[in-house]
Amino acid sequence: MGGFFSIFNEDLLVATIRLSTPITLAAVGATVCERAGIVNIAMEGIMIIGAFFAVVVAYYTGNPWLGLLGGVVAGALFSMIHAVATITFHLDHVVSGAVLNILSFGVVRYLMVIIYGHPGTTEPIAKGLAEYKFAVPLLSKIPVIGPAFFNQTPIVYLSFLTVIFFLIFLKKTKTGLHVRAAGEHPLALETIGVSVVKMRYLAVLVSGITSGLAGAYLSIENSVSFTEGMSNGRGFIALAANISGGWTAIGSWLASLFFGFADALQIRFQIFKVLPIPAEFFIIFPYVATVLVVAGLVRRSRPPKAVGMDFMIEREED
Amino acid sequence: MRSRKSKDLLLETKNIVKRFPKVLANDNINIKLFKGEILSLLGENGAGKSTLMNILYGLYKPTSGTFLLEGEEVEFSSPKEAIRRGLGMVHQHFMLVETLTVTENIILGNEPGKADFIDYKRAREEVLVISERYNLSIDPDAKIETLSVGLQQKVEILKALYRKAKILILDEPTAVLTPHEVEKLFTVIRKLRDSGVSVIIITHKLEEVKAISDRVYILRRGEVVGERKTSKVTKKELANLMVGRDVVLTVHKEKKEITAEPIFSIKNISVKDAQGLMALKDISIDVRPGEIVGIAGVDGNGQSELSEAIMGLRSLEEGNILYGNEDIEHLSTRERRRRKISSVSADRQRYGLILPMQITENLVLGDHDEPPFSKGINLSLDTIHSYSEKLVEDFDVRTPGVDVTAGTLSGGNQQKVVLAREFSRDPKFLLVSQPTRGLDVGAIEYIHSQILKMRDKNSAILLISLELEEIFSLSDRILVLYEGEIVKELIPEETTDKEVGFFMTGGKAKE
Repeated sequence: MGGFFSIFNEDLLVATIRLSTPITLAAVGATVCERAGIVNIAMEGIMIIGAFFAVVVAYYTGNPWLGLLGGVVAGALFSMIHAVATITFHLDHVVSGAVLNILSFGVVRYLMVIIYGHPGTTEPIAKGLAEYKFAVPLLSKIPVIGPAFFNQTPIVYLSFLTVIFFLIFLKKTKTGLHVRAAGEHPLALETIGVSVVKMRYLAVLVSGITSGLAGAYLSIENSVSFTEGMSNGRGFIALAANISGGWTAIGSWLASLFFGFADALQIRFQIFKVLPIPAEFFIIFPYVATVLVVAGLVRRSRPPKAVGMDFMIEREED
Repeated sequence: MRSRKSKDLLLETKNIVKRFPKVLANDNINIKLFKGEILSLLGENGAGKSTLMNILYGLYKPTSGTFLLEGEEVEFSSPKEAIRRGLGMVHQHFMLVETLTVTENIILGNEPGKADFIDYKRAREEVLVISERYNLSIDPDAKIETLSVGLQQKVEILKALYRKAKILILDEPTAVLTPHEVEKLFTVIRKLRDSGVSVIIITHKLEEVKAISDRVYILRRGEVVGERKTSKVTKKELANLMVGRDVVLTVHKEKKEITAEPIFSIKNISVKDAQGLMALKDISIDVRPGEIVGIAGVDGNGQSELSEAIMGLRSLEEGNILYGNEDIEHLSTRERRRRKISSVSADRQRYGLILPMQITENLVLGDHDEPPFSKGINLSLDTIHSYSEKLVEDFDVRTPGVDVTAGTLSGGNQQKVVLAREFSRDPKFLLVSQPTRGLDVGAIEYIHSQILKMRDKNSAILLISLELEEIFSLSDRILVLYEGEIVKELIPEETTDKEVGFFMTGGKAKE
């Protein structure tokens, strides 16, 4: 079985990092969002919107960096619909998220037909972000992990920074503490004079930005065009990563790496046919892994107490 | 005697009115608070005390009226402004984030540190400084969820002091405390007063008013119905003002000889708690028909495990439960209830009732799938309805109708619904846990009389209560539960609350 073990090489780690990047970005966004008390299952849709607008902007401006910005801004704006619905209008978080996911499919297909004249896949952009791949001097020379972590494309690096930034944000900053309090005991936060509404808007915005960035990664860094369905459930896997990561930035990242690894592995199983099982079977592998990991790990960590719960002050009680 | 010059006037409300869609919660309220005094606001649930305090604290906006702080008219549109002007509030349901540490909770919203970064070291020191100044020692690094309720309350008070509160509002501060913790709290409150903080205590407990406050306003149905110096008023007068009629403070219990054989016997049972630790150790209890056996004890000494074991919600490690001549420890909860065992659970909102369901549905819950409440697979809605109408009448449940949901009722009326259901099924054995928790004098009076009525009907009753007064006024025998063991049996007429308290806190019997 030399063939079987031959797939465990440096490339597998590189692929793991690449495949986990969009999940990591969205998962860290989910962490911040849920720590503030808002469930965001709309990340899948936000990712689609981000991916699409990244391509559109890059296509018309010819500049993939502007495309990246376009994807992030579009994701952020789209996420605000979720914020308005759940925070201002007290809509159930899951209902709002489900609606936004469906809305994103419709909006994107509609705009594709208008802009490109057909659904499916857009015309390729002139230059993708993959061309800006760069190796960090010295660090990229570290054996095994060097190429995987330090010889990557821009958004992959951004995803590392995102993890570190929100790790510090949640642990060390005043705003981070307020976000955490908003998701555990919102009234406690409100009664000492910090606006729960503001914290929750901020948190949804964060998830919009990171999910938009995740979308941009899929369309203009990992690819040069947008294809309908290209997010392929990663927004949902990111939710699972956040949960199995115990609602922490670092945990979300590690869980995302695991899902990326599962994905990288299944691709290799398919291509190299190392096991005598139909290749199609392996496609379900990352999803089965998701179910198993969530079922196995979730019980050990506790969700924020007020996650998914509405917050309203003026109540009729005494 | 403290002087009452106008320069000592700290806070004054002028004709505060607060109208909610359905109720007038505050009707023209005028009260005054002086510097360095402890003021009580006494009233039944729904009298408008909390509403008034929430207005002061900037959580609600008054419909009309104003208040003056140190002679200056102020209006707070958010708690933030109230806090800035020196108001601090300890809510009945603590406003603490359980997963955060003591320090984090205290500094929340006022964190020291440059830019957006929290200076945890300085925060910790500041917390230690105030906790020393007011003698409120606490571990600043402990997580809230690991602290007892009494300690959590300390954190709440520190939270207010950290924000330099001049006026501290305590909403039902003793509702969740053990007698010992209450004493400690009172010491803290007196210390605060002596250091110049004015304290407002919102309560419906008469003892509390007498024990701690200098002055009291009595509220009823949103109005101030009286103001008294606490030293010059009796409990009886306070109760009458609060309820608006003559109230019986202690129910009259007929003394009687109980000779019958026990109908319900717990024999040497041991039970583990949710963490797998032994919560009850080799306990035996006999209850005879027509007898009320009271279990006294500080919360967390095995009370909930005992009631769960009796109702079949928790399995026994050892021992038996005998009902009549039958071993029932292997029977399901449902089978036990079928045999005319009834239970009033300690937490009516979580276990006693299904709040979003109608009163009718709650009243037949558990017996709803048996005649006369159902026929085949159908509920007999007419029977249930007329049965409910009767119970609501018999048990004096104040409700606009039997079709409203249980959640819309006040606490006292919710408990009456539970009582109506459990007492009307003709129970031979009745487990009653914490029947008057959080209720006001009028409701307590009623519920106590109903429990005694069941005693007269020859039910065997096991009463578990954290309120010593309740244990004393209802029980024929008192068993003291301490760390999962019955450490003492006492007769109420032959003992004192001091003695029971001694055993409750671990003093061993000298025999």
